[in-house]
Amino acid sequence: MWQYRIAFQAIAGKEIRRFLRIWQQTLIPPVMTMVLYFVIFGNLIGRRIGEMGGFDYMAFIVPGLIMMSVITSAYGNVSSSFFGNKFQRSIEEILVAPVPNYVILAGFVAGGVTRGIMVGLLVTVVSLGFTSFAIHNPVIVLSVILLTAILFSVGGFINAMYATKFDDVALVPTFILTPLTYLGGVFYSIELLPPFWQWVSQLNPILHMVNAFRFGVLGVSDVNVWAAFGMIAVFLTVLVSWAMWLLKRGKGLRS
Amino acid sequence: MTDALEIRNLRKVYAGGFEALKGIDLTVRRGDFFALLGPNGAGKSTTLGIVSALVNKTSGQVRVCGIDQDRDPEGVKRMLGVVPQEFNFNDFEKVHDILIQQAGYYGMEKGLARRNIEKYLRQLELWDKRNDQVRMLSGGMKRRLMIVRGLIHEPELLILDEPTAGVDIEIRRSMWAFLERINREGVTIILTTHYLEEAESLCRNIAIINRGEIITNTTVKELLLQMDRSSFVADIKGDFGRVPADNPYLMQLREDGSIQFQVHRGDNLNQVFELFARAGIEVVSLRPRTNRLEELFVDIVQADQPQPDGAVIRQPAVAGGNV
Ligand SMILES: Nc1ncnc2c1ncn2[C@@H]1O[C@H](COP(=O)(O)OP(=O)(O)OP(=O)(O)O)[C@@H](O)[C@H]1O
Ligand SMILES: [Mg+2]
Repeated sequence: MWQYRIAFQAIAGKEIRRFLRIWQQTLIPPVMTMVLYFVIFGNLIGRRIGEMGGFDYMAFIVPGLIMMSVITSAYGNVSSSFFGNKFQRSIEEILVAPVPNYVILAGFVAGGVTRGIMVGLLVTVVSLGFTSFAIHNPVIVLSVILLTAILFSVGGFINAMYATKFDDVALVPTFILTPLTYLGGVFYSIELLPPFWQWVSQLNPILHMVNAFRFGVLGVSDVNVWAAFGMIAVFLTVLVSWAMWLLKRGKGLRS
Repeated sequence: MTDALEIRNLRKVYAGGFEALKGIDLTVRRGDFFALLGPNGAGKSTTLGIVSALVNKTSGQVRVCGIDQDRDPEGVKRMLGVVPQEFNFNDFEKVHDILIQQAGYYGMEKGLARRNIEKYLRQLELWDKRNDQVRMLSGGMKRRLMIVRGLIHEPELLILDEPTAGVDIEIRRSMWAFLERINREGVTIILTTHYLEEAESLCRNIAIINRGEIITNTTVKELLLQMDRSSFVADIKGDFGRVPADNPYLMQLREDGSIQFQVHRGDNLNQVFELFARAGIEVVSLRPRTNRLEELFVDIVQADQPQPDGAVIRQPAVAGGNV
């Protein structure tokens, strides 16, 4: 990796400058959305709900909403940026240069992770205006957020490799990510569900990430936190191998 | 010393099943200025695309400066500068940013990158444009910017796919001078072009590719020696009808009133002038009908047309033609 430090910095730096330059489109909207969630679900409806998982409803949903914004931002950053490069063919600038595939992937993922974490931080700061919480286990908090951001950045990369038009970039977030996130225990503890649906929910990887993160913040979880880490590791391995395989074949990049 | 480029039995079948390269061999020596010529769709860009890792090959071998593309793809890319046929910029980026970025991909430190950027932007007369977005450049400026981008890391072998397409004649001349200069300084250059005058004046060696096969591969000098006839156009005063129609020079009256004729090697232009003189015709001016290489090129490619039964007749169009 050291040998390719400059190439990595070039790709990652460009990715980060890109979303910072258009911060009104990349950093502000996710924060706005979350403020609405805090106001409507947390404050207005939450007051009627009372407690969830032993916590004030507002405090319960904050970790899930932070995760949700990290996931969407990381995925969206890489999928739209990489697809844009492909669409304009400026990706060829990287393809002709001596940059190994893993450095290309790492560079774009670094961009997605940085945006995901920046949005996550902004949402966290804003959430402090609505509730307060102490962090139960900072190591878990940081590692879950980082791994999740990496995982979904790689996911966005794969999406962009397959995409042939701009619409294809929105497909996965709309039909897979959003439903899985809403059903992933962001707004409720799965203890509320009948046993069968509890079991089905366990198949949803995002449920595990959200709960691992919530455990790090609040100290409560619907699932085994170590199993959640195992799950993230498995998904990460699969997605990274998938992305590397696509790069090697030049899927959508080389005819 | 190893060759700059060695291509062995290179085949390319595109996804739709079209065979764009039918197993070509090509060698370009270090320091050469090499032209890869051929009609539209012949397979020039496909060949150069495979060398520059923008197109997947189906089979065959590519070595650049002795490095095998399959064994050490990064090693090959370090040796290569690539100037593709189609613009591939992000139109909203600025000239200088694009070049700094490209130097970064090649692992260059910023200081060295800046020096090279200034050097080449000045040499190609783009320095004034360094802070402009690419979309504000003209087509000819974008072509030159692609050359700067391809040279930024000082490659051994520069690949130019139609570098002068759509460039005005004055700029084209200055680009030629620039390319000749970097070639003298040691950069091996391969270019494709449809301006045969360009190949004739710049290049030492030539390959002609047609429908995925190399049909000629020789030096420009030898190729021109192979020419067994040349065509001329003469502007005349007088009545062309008085020239005997059975003359051996295939004389034709052109739309603009000038006369076109062919002279075979060993023939003497004096004989042609005598013929005119006898008919009472004054020759006002005389010029070659086309560039010499262009004439040869058309012959060679036409001789390579498939026959109705599907067979290709490879009859040499020119004496000793290397087909
Ligand atoms: N991506 C592709 N998919 C399918 N066929 C292709 C593709 N690219 C090129 N071809 C075909 O391969 C053949 C060779 O194309 P290529 O671009 O190499 O020609 P060329 O010699 O560069 O022509 P030109 O002078 O027009 O640039 C053509 O018949 C073309 O239609
Ligand atoms: Mg071409």
